[in-house]
Amino acid sequence: MNDQTLTPEERAANLKGMGSSRKRVEDVRFTQGKGNYVDDIKLDGMLFGAFVRSPYAHARVVSVNKEAALAIPGVVAVLTAEDLAPLGLHWMPTLAGDKQMVLADGKVLFQGQEVAYVVAENRYIAADAAELVEVDYEELPVLTDPFEALKSDVVLREDLAGQTDGAHGPRKHHNHIFTWEQGDKDATEAVLGEADVVAEEMVYYHRTHPCPLETCGCVASMDKVTGKLTLYGTFQAPHAIRTVVSLISGLAEHNIRVISPDIGGGFGNKVGAYAGYVCSVVASIVTGQPVKWVENRMENLMSTAFARDYWMQGKIAATKDGKITGLWCHTTADHGGFDACADPTKFPAGFMNICTGSYDIPTAYLAVDGVYTNKAPGGVAYRCSFRVTEAAYFIERMIEVLAIKLNMDAAELRRINFIKADQFPYQSALGWEYDSGDYHTAWDKALKAVGYEGLRAEQAQRIEDFRAGKTRKLLGIGLTHFTEIVGAGPVKNCDILGLGMFDSCEIRIHPTGSAIARLGTISQGQGHATTFAQIIASEIGLPADDITLEEGDTDTAPYGLGTYGSRSTPVAGAATAMAARKIRAKAQMIAAYLLEVHDNDVEWDVDRFAVKGAPERFKTMKEIAFAAYNQAIPGLEPGLEAVSYYDPPNMTYPFGAYICVMEIDVDTGEWDVRQFYALDDCGTRINPMIIEGQVHGGVTEALAIAMGQEIAYDEMGNVKTATLMDFFLPTAWETPNYTTDHTVTPSPHHPIGAKGVGESPNVGGVPAFSNAVHDAFRPFGLVQSHMPHDHWRIWKIANGLGMHG
Amino acid sequence: MIPAGFEYHRPGDIASAIGILQEHGDEARVIAGGHSLIPMMKLRMAEMGHLVDLQAIEELKGIEIGADTVSLGAMVTQHELITHDGLATAIPLIREAALQVADPQVRYVGTVGGNVANGDPGNDMPGLMQCLNATFELSGPDGRRSVAAREFYEAAYFTARDDEEILTRISIPVPGAGVGQAYEKQKRKIGDYATAAAAVMVGNGQASVAMTNLADTPVWSESASNALADGDVSGCVAAMLDAIDPVADNRGPVEFKKHVAAVMLRRAIERAQSRAD
Repeated sequence: MNDQTLTPEERAANLKGMGSSRKRVEDVRFTQGKGNYVDDIKLDGMLFGAFVRSPYAHARVVSVNKEAALAIPGVVAVLTAEDLAPLGLHWMPTLAGDKQMVLADGKVLFQGQEVAYVVAENRYIAADAAELVEVDYEELPVLTDPFEALKSDVVLREDLAGQTDGAHGPRKHHNHIFTWEQGDKDATEAVLGEADVVAEEMVYYHRTHPCPLETCGCVASMDKVTGKLTLYGTFQAPHAIRTVVSLISGLAEHNIRVISPDIGGGFGNKVGAYAGYVCSVVASIVTGQPVKWVENRMENLMSTAFARDYWMQGKIAATKDGKITGLWCHTTADHGGFDACADPTKFPAGFMNICTGSYDIPTAYLAVDGVYTNKAPGGVAYRCSFRVTEAAYFIERMIEVLAIKLNMDAAELRRINFIKADQFPYQSALGWEYDSGDYHTAWDKALKAVGYEGLRAEQAQRIEDFRAGKTRKLLGIGLTHFTEIVGAGPVKNCDILGLGMFDSCEIRIHPTGSAIARLGTISQGQGHATTFAQIIASEIGLPADDITLEEGDTDTAPYGLGTYGSRSTPVAGAATAMAARKIRAKAQMIAAYLLEVHDNDVEWDVDRFAVKGAPERFKTMKEIAFAAYNQAIPGLEPGLEAVSYYDPPNMTYPFGAYICVMEIDVDTGEWDVRQFYALDDCGTRINPMIIEGQVHGGVTEALAIAMGQEIAYDEMGNVKTATLMDFFLPTAWETPNYTTDHTVTPSPHHPIGAKGVGESPNVGGVPAFSNAVHDAFRPFGLVQSHMPHDHWRIWKIANGLGMHG
Repeated sequence: MIPAGFEYHRPGDIASAIGILQEHGDEARVIAGGHSLIPMMKLRMAEMGHLVDLQAIEELKGIEIGADTVSLGAMVTQHELITHDGLATAIPLIREAALQVADPQVRYVGTVGGNVANGDPGNDMPGLMQCLNATFELSGPDGRRSVAAREFYEAAYFTARDDEEILTRISIPVPGAGVGQAYEKQKRKIGDYATAAAAVMVGNGQASVAMTNLADTPVWSESASNALADGDVSGCVAAMLDAIDPVADNRGPVEFKKHVAAVMLRRAIERAQSRAD
């Protein structure tokens, strides 16, 4: 050991702890094709399930004839709602306090809805048999527009007839789900009435889909001898799934083991509970054999968990100098046929009330009305905390609209309205306490980095050239300063179906000084095994390379609420640091005993405890670990392990400044992102390389959403974008180069000051791209146009402004 | 995404392939690269009892460059069209268009014969072949016959090819020296079909223009070609806009497609003219 010759800095570097761009340990298996995903799981005697789905968006199911399907050799069963009803499983509770049909119970409410579930010896037979199930439908009038749905006599949810109170209060109409109000309505309306300037606009954030590369799926395996159900699945919240399965199936929770193996991206799509899980569990219980179900791409896009679909009517009031005095928002939220939004129970519109954004807006009011339509249920947080992307898009569009009304530069308008660094912790008008921030510093850094003044001069020249007929290309500068709210969350505010949203970490140090840690979260590509080991490495002085991370097996991992809404680092990351600190506290006592001094006479030094004033007398954590197990220490139990269940005192509020420079061809609607600058402040940075990767991935998804990706329906309720030919998933070709940057404003309440970053780029990216399109056309009179900004919609803007001669 | 069951055949020569087609009638279909057919089978929009794979038939392969004519085997891949030096010299337009077809992975497997024979109005090669005035060679139970590309397409997925015939080779006259060529395509993303695409040849007092995915067949317009030959670009564009008949889809409404068609055509003409001597 040459430990004594190394400087503390060298010893710290050897740990590859926080701040190190340690390479992702997961990639060793992923880059060799050795990952273990749900569809890689093969069990003896495994059967396969496949759904018969509705071709209609709204229809009565008159009859289902299984005979022809059952006649095929190898078909084991065909389940319908009638078969599930005796078990009480033909409907299931949703995360939003509604209920949803597992299999069509008399009618269907969206195209692609599950009608029957075929179980067969292999997936080929299952697919053939599904084709042969004869379903007789009687078509009903289709409602795809939430505004029309609220006026229509057509009743979508006949099961709720006469039910005037929903899970979130009174229902105003048979297609209405809830009204959620935040802030001070009267005060806001008074401010609007007295303001120098009020800008008003409808901001639509279209329906899209998380579309992870791996679709949803599961393998249910009921062992009839032990009575134990093992459920492998693409679950972003395995422990919550275990509890929910227990509650709805009646199986005792200790007899259920849920395992999330490697997951190929989630982005919110894998938070909810789907019919495929319920049917597979039932099928395995009935047959006594394992049953696998894996969606195909079209099923994934059509039936599991869409995102967004918010119509946000906004009013923003300001003085003539541009100081914002009030914000008003009424959102009409299209939730589809069932309210299956994945939000904390008390927040039926998620954290949409973060919609005052980065600005010091003294008075605000938000109302959200949820509406049933003939579209797929879902409403998940697609790479964002609950409805935060909608909120950020809304406020960042309203700022631009106000800038137009005031004839002001939008960068300057933002600057004069930012919450100031000395105002933190900041109480927002809609009820949040922002933990920390320094928006002005970030903003100035961003504007300087892109050469903002120069860009505006170039844009002015371009406009002149365009008007002179010298070019047909416009230049747009898209600005965004976003504030997120992530890390749900304090149990006093946040639960899902009554399950408190804490999280957990258990660490065991092995005698030779390596360790295993288990968490209540589950990585879907985020690199938890890499980054959480870094937190532990820095906290207890063992090399990250010697720490194994495990997640996703409910029989071994401590209980937690899973990974979504950027909550892993704010909540489970905090639990990891706290568990590590418990270990360090015990290690201190062991070290003092070994060094024959009082506990308070040793101090922590990177990877060891040393006697105060005598740094040459020390015990490394590795030595302490061995002693913990193998030496009798008076007053201390053997062993060195700890568990922490962390209930955060507050959310964290990451923020960032994004700037997009875009060229737009007014004749074809084609666009080209010339420059994209992303400054993120996620507090303490654990692994800069992984942060950069997260930003690249998130901005790319934002590009997709803003510039073309959508789940579109025709008036019959047919999904027009159910394949990757029409649903835009960018390839390397469409993906621009990004410049990433950062400031560091630690969270004051998080043990290591980290805030979470995985979703910031989507939250900030969408308005940056959209604002670039709007900005290009602003000099020609454009105020507001709806996403996605695909070629024809951009062309339509230009055409509407008379730019095609 | 699982197709219905089918029998797989892999004949070694054209005669055997035709024999299988004769035996099974409309229950059988040939498959070349499969990039159109296999997705349709997986969606169960195409079901057939017998799939006749042409990969093992050597006669269907190879690129021959003659002084006046280029001959392409039906099973020549898009990738081979791009990497064949002699072809790039003889008819640079083919390479330029092939580079805009799908993505590299598709082009390694996708074939020129499959692209022209399937009759999908979204495919790039049919319009290109009409512009180049190519001739398709068809082999069937009654022997061989030739059909001009400009006569081949009847409607979406309907062509002059009989069910028991196989498109075996494509003959293309080598454009004279001094003829400028260009292929201009707008698409939403890599791998997409054209929103609008234009193939243009111009020079030596002659011209030929064809467009893709703007009707249920590729559109070659004699009057548009004649107008361009006379140097009348606006007349050419107007004639072509008369000839196309786009429908609204996810790529956009009719009005947009017509506008983009004109833009693509003008850009292709400009580039082709700049390459003409």
